[in-house]
Amino acid sequence: MTDATPGRLGKPPTRRPKDLLYSESFRTALYQVALAAGVVLLGLYLYQNVVENLGRQNIATGFGFLDEVSQFEIGERLIDYSSRDSYGRALLVGLMNTLSVSAAGIVVATVIGFAVGIMRVSTNWLLQRIALTYVEIVRNIPVILQVIFWAAVIRNLPAPRQALDLWGLGFLSNRGLTFLLPAAHPAHVWMLAAFAAGIAAASVAARMARRHREATGRYVDMLWPCIGLILGPPVLVWLGFGAPHELSFPERQGFNFTGGATISPEFVALMAGIALYSSGFIAEIVRAGIQATPRGQVEAARSIALRPRFILRYVVLPQALRVIVPPLTSQYVSLIKNSSIAVVIGYPDLVNIGNTVMNQTGQAVEAIAVMMTVFLAISLVTSLAMNFYNRLVAIKER
Amino acid sequence: MTHSAQIEPTGAPVIQMRDVSKWFGQFQVLHEVDLDVGKGERVVVCGPSGSGKSTLIRCINRLEVHQSGQIVVNGLELSDNVKNIEKIRRNIGMVFQNFNLFPHLTVLENLTLGPMLTRHMKKAAAEELAMHFLHKVRIPEQAQKYPLQLSGGQQQRVAIARSLCMEPEIMLFDEPTSALDPEMIKEVLDTMIELAESGMTMIVVTHEMGFARTVADKVVFMADGRKVEAAPPEEFFGNPREHRTRAFLDQILKH
Amino acid sequence: MTLAPIEVVRREAVVPVPAYDPDARTPVGVWLKANLFRSVGQSLLTLAVAAVLLRILWFVLDWGVFNAVFYTTDPDVCRAATGACWAVVVEKHRPMLFGLYPYDEHWRLVLMMAIYLATVVLSLWPRCWNLRFLVPLWTGAVLSIGILMFGGVFGLPYVPTSEWGGLPLTMLLFTGTVLIGMPVAVLLALGRRAPLPVARGVSVVFIESLRGVPLITILFVAVNVFPLFLPAGVEVNKLLRITVGIAIFFACYQAEVIRGGLQAIPRGQYEAATSLSLTYWQTTRRIILPQALRISLPAITNHIIAAMKNTSFVIIIGLFDILTATTAVMQDPLWRRFYIEAYLFVAAVYLFFGYALSRYARQVEKWIASGRI
Ligand SMILES: Nc1ncnc2c1ncn2[C@@H]1O[C@H](COP(=O)(O)OP(=O)(O)OP(=O)(O)O)[C@@H](O)[C@H]1O
Ligand SMILES: [Mg+2]
Repeated sequence: MTDATPGRLGKPPTRRPKDLLYSESFRTALYQVALAAGVVLLGLYLYQNVVENLGRQNIATGFGFLDEVSQFEIGERLIDYSSRDSYGRALLVGLMNTLSVSAAGIVVATVIGFAVGIMRVSTNWLLQRIALTYVEIVRNIPVILQVIFWAAVIRNLPAPRQALDLWGLGFLSNRGLTFLLPAAHPAHVWMLAAFAAGIAAASVAARMARRHREATGRYVDMLWPCIGLILGPPVLVWLGFGAPHELSFPERQGFNFTGGATISPEFVALMAGIALYSSGFIAEIVRAGIQATPRGQVEAARSIALRPRFILRYVVLPQALRVIVPPLTSQYVSLIKNSSIAVVIGYPDLVNIGNTVMNQTGQAVEAIAVMMTVFLAISLVTSLAMNFYNRLVAIKER
Repeated sequence: MTHSAQIEPTGAPVIQMRDVSKWFGQFQVLHEVDLDVGKGERVVVCGPSGSGKSTLIRCINRLEVHQSGQIVVNGLELSDNVKNIEKIRRNIGMVFQNFNLFPHLTVLENLTLGPMLTRHMKKAAAEELAMHFLHKVRIPEQAQKYPLQLSGGQQQRVAIARSLCMEPEIMLFDEPTSALDPEMIKEVLDTMIELAESGMTMIVVTHEMGFARTVADKVVFMADGRKVEAAPPEEFFGNPREHRTRAFLDQILKH
Repeated sequence: MTLAPIEVVRREAVVPVPAYDPDARTPVGVWLKANLFRSVGQSLLTLAVAAVLLRILWFVLDWGVFNAVFYTTDPDVCRAATGACWAVVVEKHRPMLFGLYPYDEHWRLVLMMAIYLATVVLSLWPRCWNLRFLVPLWTGAVLSIGILMFGGVFGLPYVPTSEWGGLPLTMLLFTGTVLIGMPVAVLLALGRRAPLPVARGVSVVFIESLRGVPLITILFVAVNVFPLFLPAGVEVNKLLRITVGIAIFFACYQAEVIRGGLQAIPRGQYEAATSLSLTYWQTTRRIILPQALRISLPAITNHIIAAMKNTSFVIIIGLFDILTATTAVMQDPLWRRFYIEAYLFVAAVYLFFGYALSRYARQVEKWIASGRI
């Protein structure tokens, strides 16, 4: 059989209205318009109800309340605040507290998590089992129970007079954790600046060394020079100020301590609870990361005679980090979100203060919106950074 | 094999393609392809990798959407119209290179799913139909197994039976034997030959030139998205007109 | 090039090598050497860790068993003892387990938990997985639990949901979360993979914004904002609002897990279904979801266990689940110094249910691997 002569097949189609109903693209468009309309209508309906209900209850709307005087005190704060300040400033104090407790929690959780995670892959059976038991326990007890537990523990610690002495470095009492600190000195600010400058210098130097290696093929070991560049400037500044080495020791005095620095019981309890809880998850992430680099990779790297440090730097770490970093950051975000448990034990974080604001003003929608927006922003920034990181390290596949 | 003496294509075209073109983004995969397939006709499509063979037959049951030209199946034009698409798809069975059996369903469930859901058959009737086709492909004893427990050849025969359970008029095969070990190719080809003898309209993308020679009524050669040559097998293999066809045949028949 | 001849030194095997037997047990000595005493350093480490561990174990036994008080109604007895006071759990178990529920009606909660656990255990058993059994089972369970919890019929005094509490409340919150959350999760996951861009957009925004905020804020919404959404005069029970809130939060996380499963399904499965002219919903229900859910099962169970832990967040909005009830009980000045024992008990309850769930999940994975389900 030969192919028929070219040209249109059959009769030219006449478009009827019925055809439109059967058209795939029309249907697709229709479903989408219906869905979008449904969402918009639902939103409008809810909005209208909210406006009506608020009107009936005589509750103000809008964010004007942020400028009103708060009339409540906040025990713990990183910035100046008094009850004559505005609700907005109160919320800012809360946000700072959220961030500070989260930052401390992240550090503690990371240190414990990495230690336990490495123990999880130890060749020593005993260590492995201990790590596994730890992980199973801290991960499976609700974080809120852990926080409440630590809060109760600290509340039941002895008063400052009989406080537990931490090897002369500080005290643990029902007033929280008190520890020694270098006495305040103007040198500290400059040391911090020098430290930052050192990091910048080190990263520039490292990049120059790499350029040099790529251009000439000669390898310059930058490990110690970089350490020197980072630690040297602060030490020099310190010496330049005449090496101030006075320490402020906490002392028992009456019902409290003087000197040193004190972290409130709520801060300690909240930080301990959320950090220990997260450390279990971080340990599992680290374990997975360590186990992700197949043995063959290291052997392949050895077979092309890479130096051990290069194997670590260019073969093992990139693969392990690619497995570790994304879930690790999402663990950090969830730790930050868990810090909102503060409201149960009375630590003045963003949610706790937001809750107070909500109860005083009655403007629940706006107060909750503020809290949600802040946390959403934190999550968004993190996931943007994560996407950027992933794009940076993605193995080019296909 | 002397099947072509027994069943002559009736001539009434069941598939007509005119000037069919398709693009993936900027890249044109099909260039104004014309193809007519009559009832009971068996067409083998061959050509180098990436020449658009798969895309061509996937356009026929609209797994891919062609962007210009016309495809008419059984008098119905394949367009945006969902009713037509559904009618056409029901008439066409498709067998894939990597079987695409449903791994979570038993062989029998794989076969009865289509008839029960789209042809609204009763379970008993669907199972009877399924067993009938499992007998046809000679593996009735595997009915209760899961696909991954079968050999590649058996899986492909199940896939053929699954398509046949929809009782289609047309069967499309996209390299049905390419993923198989050599010793399993024959069992699948035998099944296909029997199917051809029963008068099924078939379009087969394959590199099995033996199959093309004995079974095909027409061999289509594609290259770079164009239909380069279409001829009966004797002519195609004995006296190819185009030099590209010759080059391709030289290469493929050398081994 | 010439090669030096290789000198073959034949060595008889000194120890006959046993045939490989995968089920053979490693001799104890070999195992100890490999896992605990690999080298001098390792041996020292093992010994040091073992010493510390034994010390801790001894302390725990000493405190928790040898010197503990297991039963007394007098807190002073506990005070005098140097060990744990488990008597606080015995003494206070009713308010801890049953919260504010009227004291004389606690037998209803015991019965409710028995019915609940029996129903759940039966439904987890593959042999019972057909609708002809499950539908009557759950209808019966829901009805009888409802009658027991609410009362108001058959001479049972009526108990409003505001007085429900303790472990039964935790169970109800958890079950409600999973039963409401899973279907929502599937819909959201499908939405995020849908061919319609608008559906994708709506799902993405919904999922990501809820995943970006703490559960507490969602509970605040359920309690303080949701009533504002409703027209005047319409009210939804607070317990129900909270359950739905937790469920939707759970669904957003679960949706991402299920989406991972959906992404793992090869395109060929969709194409095969299309060539059998199955519709979108038929393909989804019969082909895609069964496979996707099996693939993502381990992650799904993790989130289900997390949902159980998350029910404890209701303490913030004053529902009397087992944790809130315990915290309230620990306000009792006579007993409150034994808070450690009480919280350990609550932790043990959570650990028990979490362990049971994860064991079950592992069993299901085995069933899947063996093709049983
Ligand atoms: N989904 C797609 N998106 C983009 N390009 C595609 C897609 N599918 C196929 N192509 C391209 O279209 C061309 C034709 O593909 P097709 O699969 O039809 O070739 P083929 O002749 O079947 O080759 P093979 O013998 O390897 O199966 C190829 O270049 C391929 O890369
Ligand atoms: Mg192909």
